[in-house]
Amino acid sequence: MTTATRKKMVQWEPADVKAELLKKYPPKVARKRAKQIMINEALENETPEITANVRTTPGIITMRGCTYAGCKGVIMGPTRDIVNLVHGPIGCSFYAWLTRRNQTDAGASGDNYINYCFSTDMQEQDIIFGGEKKLAAAVQEIYDLMHPKSIAIFATCPVGLIGDDIHTVAKTMKEKLGDCNVYAFSCEGYKGVSQSAGHHIANNQVFRHIVGENDTPVEGEFKINLLGEYNIGGDGFEIDRIFKKCGITNIATFSGNSTYDQFATAHQADLSAVMCHRSINYVADMLETKFGIPWIKVNFIGANATAKSLRKIAAYFEDQGLIDRVEAVIKEEMPEVEAAITDVRSRTEGKTAMLFVGGSRAHHYQELFKEMGMKIISAGYEFAHRDDYEGRQVLPNLKVDADSRNIEEIEVEADESRFTPRKTAEQLAALEDSGLKFKHYDGLVSDMDEDTLIIDDLNQYEAEKLVEIMKPDIFCAGIKEKFSIMKLGVPMKQLHSYDSGGPYAGFQGAINFYHEIDRLTSSRVWSYLKAPWQESPELTAAYVWE
Amino acid sequence: MLLRHTPKEIGERKAVSINPAKTCQPIGAMYAALGIHGCLPHSHGSQGCCAYHRSTLTRHYKEPISAATSSFTEGASVFGGQANLLQAINNIFSVYEPDVIAVHTTCLSETIGDDLPQIRKKAETEGKIPEGKYVIGASTPSYQGSHVTGFSNMVKSMVDFAEKTDRKNGKVNIIPGWVEPSDMEEIKRMSRLTGVETIMFPDTSGVLNAPMTGKYKMFPDGGTTVAELKSSGDSAGTLALGEWCSADAARLLDKKCKVPCKVLDMPFGLKATDRFVDALRTIAGVTVSDELNIERGQLVDLITDMHQYFYRKKVAIAGDPDQVIAMVEFLVSIDMCPVHIVTGTPGKKFEKRIKELTAGKEYEVNVKAKGDLFLLHQWIQNEPVDLLICNSYGKYIARDEDVPLLRWGFPILDRQGHQYFPTVGYKGGLRLLEKILALLLDRKDRDDPGESFELVL
Repeated sequence: MTTATRKKMVQWEPADVKAELLKKYPPKVARKRAKQIMINEALENETPEITANVRTTPGIITMRGCTYAGCKGVIMGPTRDIVNLVHGPIGCSFYAWLTRRNQTDAGASGDNYINYCFSTDMQEQDIIFGGEKKLAAAVQEIYDLMHPKSIAIFATCPVGLIGDDIHTVAKTMKEKLGDCNVYAFSCEGYKGVSQSAGHHIANNQVFRHIVGENDTPVEGEFKINLLGEYNIGGDGFEIDRIFKKCGITNIATFSGNSTYDQFATAHQADLSAVMCHRSINYVADMLETKFGIPWIKVNFIGANATAKSLRKIAAYFEDQGLIDRVEAVIKEEMPEVEAAITDVRSRTEGKTAMLFVGGSRAHHYQELFKEMGMKIISAGYEFAHRDDYEGRQVLPNLKVDADSRNIEEIEVEADESRFTPRKTAEQLAALEDSGLKFKHYDGLVSDMDEDTLIIDDLNQYEAEKLVEIMKPDIFCAGIKEKFSIMKLGVPMKQLHSYDSGGPYAGFQGAINFYHEIDRLTSSRVWSYLKAPWQESPELTAAYVWE
Repeated sequence: MLLRHTPKEIGERKAVSINPAKTCQPIGAMYAALGIHGCLPHSHGSQGCCAYHRSTLTRHYKEPISAATSSFTEGASVFGGQANLLQAINNIFSVYEPDVIAVHTTCLSETIGDDLPQIRKKAETEGKIPEGKYVIGASTPSYQGSHVTGFSNMVKSMVDFAEKTDRKNGKVNIIPGWVEPSDMEEIKRMSRLTGVETIMFPDTSGVLNAPMTGKYKMFPDGGTTVAELKSSGDSAGTLALGEWCSADAARLLDKKCKVPCKVLDMPFGLKATDRFVDALRTIAGVTVSDELNIERGQLVDLITDMHQYFYRKKVAIAGDPDQVIAMVEFLVSIDMCPVHIVTGTPGKKFEKRIKELTAGKEYEVNVKAKGDLFLLHQWIQNEPVDLLICNSYGKYIARDEDVPLLRWGFPILDRQGHQYFPTVGYKGGLRLLEKILALLLDRKDRDDPGESFELVL
């Protein structure tokens, strides 16, 4: 890469960059985008306000997807033994078929429907006359063919418009089949402003229809749930490996490599550990309200973050044996991590990265880059809310707009027989005093340097401008952004699907990530963009062939 | 087993489609629109449709796919999407500056009944379409047909541009159908070799196989220009390749500008390519060049040289109707036996054509339009095959049944080459056979016992 000849970002003031990003927009769009582009001036306990979780402007090429994608694609997709039946025209089910790299291990004979794609393939007559009968027939056909223990029904856009009552169909079929739990998700793509609404809808129904359904006791001394981990590229496998080594029992991961029964027994855990705050905090809250399970924020992306998260879990259980085992595991795992850092850091130190992805990944992955001595010069989320940027303390002040009001909030009360506070108020207060914070998330902004650019719902135009102006050494986003960035000669890493790499979580995952980023930012392949005659086009002398 | 819940017993399914061999209309419309130079496809629906289509096309072509969306919310879904589309048109021309916006609908905007021509008219009257810029539109409801139908519908809307003047341009229009950018390039090369000047639309070569230069061009150099689309009304004739992908547009152009058309199969394999070249030279009144004759001879040479390895090998195929029809003819022509044939796209004509192509053969043929890969897998379980031809989703069947897989069609998400190496024409035929041979012979080399493992094949 000819970095030397490039105009480096130091020549640009962040305010100038922001002005440049907004320059070409029609005034109305510019005004709106200005509120979603923030120059970081975070102080100790104060962060500037950013606008997030608002509509994308029509015509602006957004990175975002829809509510169905958040519900079926993200939350429900990774559970291996629930049949996901998509009620709608064929496309929605087709596009969500095996494209998110959720790995699962069902053994040689366990139920695994992840490799399948089920759809009612609605036709014009179904749109005109209604599709409820076809939906019921589809549930019956699946049951007759495969006898799954559970079938989840997902609504696509036209279903809501024509008024198919998918919940009644689900209820009727559940009663009819007897040994198959059937439930539905009203996750039409037009709801909300992004995938985020779909997460919420999925959380509600999982909690309403599955969690707590199975009281068969789960054995284990230190029982937790891991929330918001989707086993992309095997992340969950690595985290589970570490848990096992520490003697921590992970009852249910929501929802990487998960099963129906794991969700159904999740109420037996004594702690919820939340990875992706955006997509799953609703379930964490509901588990606490209904069953008395407290939750803490964790992050297993980054070796130090992994160590810190393990210590938090151990501190919660207040068991010296567990605390010692966690320390022993960290001590055992870290030398290999440190050796890898020493190796790559000579090449990665001081390099710059941009991260625009998800509702937590743009935050979590900063840990890994920092471990490699790299700087994050700009970051933002695709579908996060203000609390994911500024921290949960802003929650009481969040304005609920029309788009959010349409998403159901379910009322949860303490379960009459099964609510058991895992800690007394005094114990919780003592733990808080010792530094373990419950229901707490500081958000992305406080972890970013002053004067960095934080941009919500970054779009294609802004991404291109940003890369042209600031010349990062690596850009991280998703598949849609990948090749336009690479055409600019800048390495690109997908942080949704990992470009078929991974795992990147935990200790082994951190090592994988260091090597991957080293490969991307140190490779010679980016130096071939110009042919020799383009590098020096002048003809200084003619060759004489004789 | 990856597909462990697929039983061998085939029962009737009326309501559930499992492992589809098709997707929905809008993605086809988006791909077709990318074949117009300087065009930004626009999805009139909720933003997930656009995100999914862009993602799938990107994974297949490994190229940037730019497309915008009307980003419907619940309000737009209730009150109609006109305001969203007007705003989108204004923003797109201001920010991205395309020559053309090609709007397609979705099941959402179709169900609520948004009227594209009326919205375009409103955009015109409100001055939202700058001088010399265009907005075209295609109705592509996802609950009819398939991605192939959507492609065809967008190509049809390109005929809007065609103008008939008094002067013929001496060219032949070629509507290539949903083939790879490399295939479009190859069809143009064969036409040049035949000495025929052509207007190809759509044309994604140079768009979806663009070079790496360190510069990002949102609108790459390739694609059919608006000037060419206008001029298509003055051409001598139109060759429409593929009944499903291309015929409707050709017939519309004939109706609109009196440009006579001929609908041919897509030129995959020897015979379909022969018919294409023959039609081209007849319309243009030229003699086929020696170069093309040599290429044809080379393909026949490979077929005759390697015939023993093709002979009576059983094949299962899933794909889109125009491709599968041509492929079945090719396989039959080299004495391979296509025994299980599925397309997800509806159309009774498909089953009829396949039956004609395989009539009188010594083997039974299972064929289904509106079928799915679940059914294809069950057929294979009941009667095993030597080769599977399918898109990347076929790899799950291929692994479970231990059958070699030729990745061919859309989407191919796990291999490279389709953007760069054509499978149409004689050269493309060579490539197909090279790949088929490699798969069959690699299998033979893997399976042959040591005593009959051979060096020379």
